[in-house]
Amino acid sequence: MAEFLQLDIVTPERKILSDSAVEISVPGKNGYMDILPGHAPLISELAVGEIMFRNASGKPQHLACAWGFVEVLPDKVTILAETAERPEEIDVDRARKAKERAEQVIKTGSNEEQLAAELDLLRANTRLEVASKSQK
Amino acid sequence: MANILDIKRRIRSVRNTRQITKAMQMVSAAKLRRAQERALAARPYAQMLTNVLKSLSARAEVVDPITGETRNPLLIRRPENNVLLIIVTGEKGLAGAFNSNIIKAAQRFIVEKAGKNIDLVCVGRKGRDFFRRRYSGPREDGSRSGAIQIVGEHAGILNRVKFEAAQAVSEDVVRRYTEESVDAVYLVYNEFKSVVSQRLVVDEILPIDVIGETDIRMAEGMTEEQKKRALEAARVAGASVRAADTSEIDTAAAAFGTRPVDYIYEQDATELFNALLPRYMGVQIYRSMLESEAAEHAARMTAMDSATNNAGDMIDLLTLVMNRARQAKITKEIIEIVSGAAAL
Repeated sequence: MAEFLQLDIVTPERKILSDSAVEISVPGKNGYMDILPGHAPLISELAVGEIMFRNASGKPQHLACAWGFVEVLPDKVTILAETAERPEEIDVDRARKAKERAEQVIKTGSNEEQLAAELDLLRANTRLEVASKSQK
Repeated sequence: MANILDIKRRIRSVRNTRQITKAMQMVSAAKLRRAQERALAARPYAQMLTNVLKSLSARAEVVDPITGETRNPLLIRRPENNVLLIIVTGEKGLAGAFNSNIIKAAQRFIVEKAGKNIDLVCVGRKGRDFFRRRYSGPREDGSRSGAIQIVGEHAGILNRVKFEAAQAVSEDVVRRYTEESVDAVYLVYNEFKSVVSQRLVVDEILPIDVIGETDIRMAEGMTEEQKKRALEAARVAGASVRAADTSEIDTAAAAFGTRPVDYIYEQDATELFNALLPRYMGVQIYRSMLESEAAEHAARMTAMDSATNNAGDMIDLLTLVMNRARQAKITKEIIEIVSGAAAL
């Protein structure tokens, strides 16, 4: 049984991360999934949320993800993420503004706008959440 | 006979121009390298997405087994009455015939599709400026302003192409296609593999016939002369001529989602397929924008190399003319002195 998972995170612009992890948690479309070495092969769509993984040093690392796709193999996890940002890459001000804007639209906008705004809000909240973890 | 001082001034001015064109050539070479790197970095994602789609299309019931109808609207071929054309040009001029070639290809396409309604989406400032002078956008009430109209303008996004920008273009186009306001989507852009391997292509991106393959409708390669010029310019500027070696990336990416194991699918395969297909469009448009950006820099590099050479030739010529004028003046002076002495 493998002890580590080879983790690769790829975005449309570049490969942002390649590491070996002992535990990975991804925001699956049907809920968060925790993946440990030796997991059965799986393919899933990812929703907006937080990717967390721990490498051998044990410290959890977080990334904000907005839509993606994951392939799990017993010794390898590949995440295709439309965006994946490390805490230090997140523009907190922008996320905060996006959050305010989205909240405004949810209060006043039409149905269709509200739906889009809810997604925006989710994205902004995820970003803020992940960003706050870097300061600890 | 031209005044020696005037010629001197002229030479100085040409020399300054040469310095500028030389600098622009070097800047373009550096930008080209960066654009190529970005294009390379974008490959794994595109490859992987394509692979997953391919293996999904085998699994997902893309075609309804009973009625034989295609389920995803992006795969359905309809009679072509309304066409959408995305034109990817450059942001700036001084790149030789780069922009005008693309615009010419787009115009040929428009002529070819005469009689059909054509919607244009312009990516890049140069194309937008050109087509804006000829066609206008839809009327305020949403009706067509003519058989040919501009429905999208995206200027200033090609300096550092962001995936988000490509995704926005793609979403807009996919929406129009699913709404059936257009029946086919074409993309005209400058394909870029390396400095000496470029093509101007018209690619039919919607409907999708075969996933992972482009549907080129018209292609125009480089002439031998152009290749020679480009090669020379790249040598002078120290830019790499060969296409980047992508085999390693491609092999790694090709393994994605295609291992001979029985995957658990968290979602229904059809559902996954339908979620992925629009993203695939985004990736394709992103790739075309990246390649076009690289091609623009390569074109500018070549154009500036020619300009630098021409400036050099002009300096040589002017120096010759100046020396002749100077000699003529000296000769004249000697004759004057000699004939003056003889008269005594």
